[in-house]
Amino acid sequence: MVLSARGLRRDFAGFVAVNSVDLDVHHGKIHALIGPNGAGKTTIFNLLTKFLQPTSGRIELLGTDITRTSPAKVARMGLVRSFQISAIFPHLSVLDNVRVALQRPSGLGFQFWRSLSALDELTPRARELLGIVGLDDAANRLAGDLSYGRKRVLEIATTLALDPKVLLLDEPMAGMGHEDVGTISGIIRSLARDRAVLMVEHNLTVVADLCDWITVMQRGQVLAAGDYATVSQDERVRIAYMGTEHE
Amino acid sequence: MSELTLQERRTAASVRLEWGLVALGVLALIAAPFFIYPIFVMKMLCFALFACAFNLLLGYTGLLSFGHATFFGGAAYLCAYAVKAWGWPPEAGILLGMGGAALLGLVMGFLAIRRQGIYFAMITLALAQMFYFFCVQAPFTEGEDGIQGVPRGTLFGIVDLNVTMNMYYVVLAIFLIGVFAVWRIVNSPFGMILRSIRENENRAISLGYSVGRYKLAAFVMSAALAGLAGATKAIVFQFATLTDVTWQMSGEVILMNLLGGIGTMVGPVVGAGLVVGLENTLATSGFPVTIATGLIFMVCVLIFRRGIVGEIYARWLAPAADGGDKG
Repeated sequence: MVLSARGLRRDFAGFVAVNSVDLDVHHGKIHALIGPNGAGKTTIFNLLTKFLQPTSGRIELLGTDITRTSPAKVARMGLVRSFQISAIFPHLSVLDNVRVALQRPSGLGFQFWRSLSALDELTPRARELLGIVGLDDAANRLAGDLSYGRKRVLEIATTLALDPKVLLLDEPMAGMGHEDVGTISGIIRSLARDRAVLMVEHNLTVVADLCDWITVMQRGQVLAAGDYATVSQDERVRIAYMGTEHE
Repeated sequence: MSELTLQERRTAASVRLEWGLVALGVLALIAAPFFIYPIFVMKMLCFALFACAFNLLLGYTGLLSFGHATFFGGAAYLCAYAVKAWGWPPEAGILLGMGGAALLGLVMGFLAIRRQGIYFAMITLALAQMFYFFCVQAPFTEGEDGIQGVPRGTLFGIVDLNVTMNMYYVVLAIFLIGVFAVWRIVNSPFGMILRSIRENENRAISLGYSVGRYKLAAFVMSAALAGLAGATKAIVFQFATLTDVTWQMSGEVILMNLLGGIGTMVGPVVGAGLVVGLENTLATSGFPVTIATGLIFMVCVLIFRRGIVGEIYARWLAPAADGGDKG
């Protein structure tokens, strides 16, 4: 187990967005978080990555309690997230987007007296990462000019640059065309071989195909958990969420 | 692929053009005191450096400070006092002013970076007002009179700054060093992180960057360079007064940046030149300066929001460089 949460709760001025949620994410597995809109999936992401503080509960990353750790520190410990809307640096080149991520572990972050060519040492690795996700032909273009699907792919390449232990993907397939979904599924599957992946996803075909473990959320609480076969047979889940779409 | 190479070529050509223009500008500044009243050009240069220091924060880090007069005026007071009361040489006074401004920047930045956007601006404004009232009350600033009659002295014991031309080239050197420092910081590994924070702060955090530290470092650097400008101005004009620590001064440096073009290296220099030039022209005409600058500000925001240099970049420089490349 790499990441675990116990009794996670978050109140927003009296409204309980997430209530007593337990979650375990394992190495080498892809874990899906599904549920209707407003079920609290993104809130859980924000809690796990410390962008929000939990009202109560406990979070452990690789055996360390991170309940009160800063988001940047958590990222440095190996828990890296993507965002629902594509999180790239639009006015930087595609290559620079990846190099910014590589720059942090390299210790070049605060060197304000050196020229930008100090970053050249990161270029081979950055190109390699772009190659993995198939963006090598776009290295010098502005990231903001890429198509939506390719922005998401770039985001994954950037995330990969940090070599995270746990990868949190918030709706990686949202708004994607058919081929893009296939490409990203492939990338995610290969990523999960040596790290843990937790993803929020609405596309149930993708979830069924890709994920080893599924947690179903409703109104801030865990409704059911298990593999796809178990969860999809669960009566409450069928009523609450899947029944209408997947019969 | 063709699109990619086109963009690369365009960048290379416009970079060449930019360097050419910068070289031309430096030559013009070297020749300027023979044609224009040197004191006026020195004033422009001090404000231009101040505006560039401010741009480091607003243009390249995305932080709008409304308290930069503290660093400009604070450094002017420190430098003036050290030179006049303790008999320090001018270079030591300027360095002291710079260091003091950096320290003030550390305190103000430490408190302000906890908030974003308008709240950040309000905290800097509030702290700057506190500093203003401190300057009104503190005995060493000599209140409404200010510190007058600051001796220019001799730089490194060799260069007599009472000779106007000597003073001018020292100010020009300080200006160029300061602008080079801003350029270096912006185009450094550190500057890359600043840009990424400006572009998408949450993403920078999720990549593991403690953005607060980067913002604070940028704030202190900007404050120190604003201090360099203020301290130099105190030596040039031989006084330091309350004018330099008022909120109007903080506003003026924002105006210079907006007018010239935020996030361009040359924009703040052009903006500062225009504002200082306008103030000098109107000072003798009797027409209220604030009305003129206010009108210009409105026109600027309504018609060319990128600022003068920003618009030139967007409209002419890039396409022109592209066309020139084909020939």
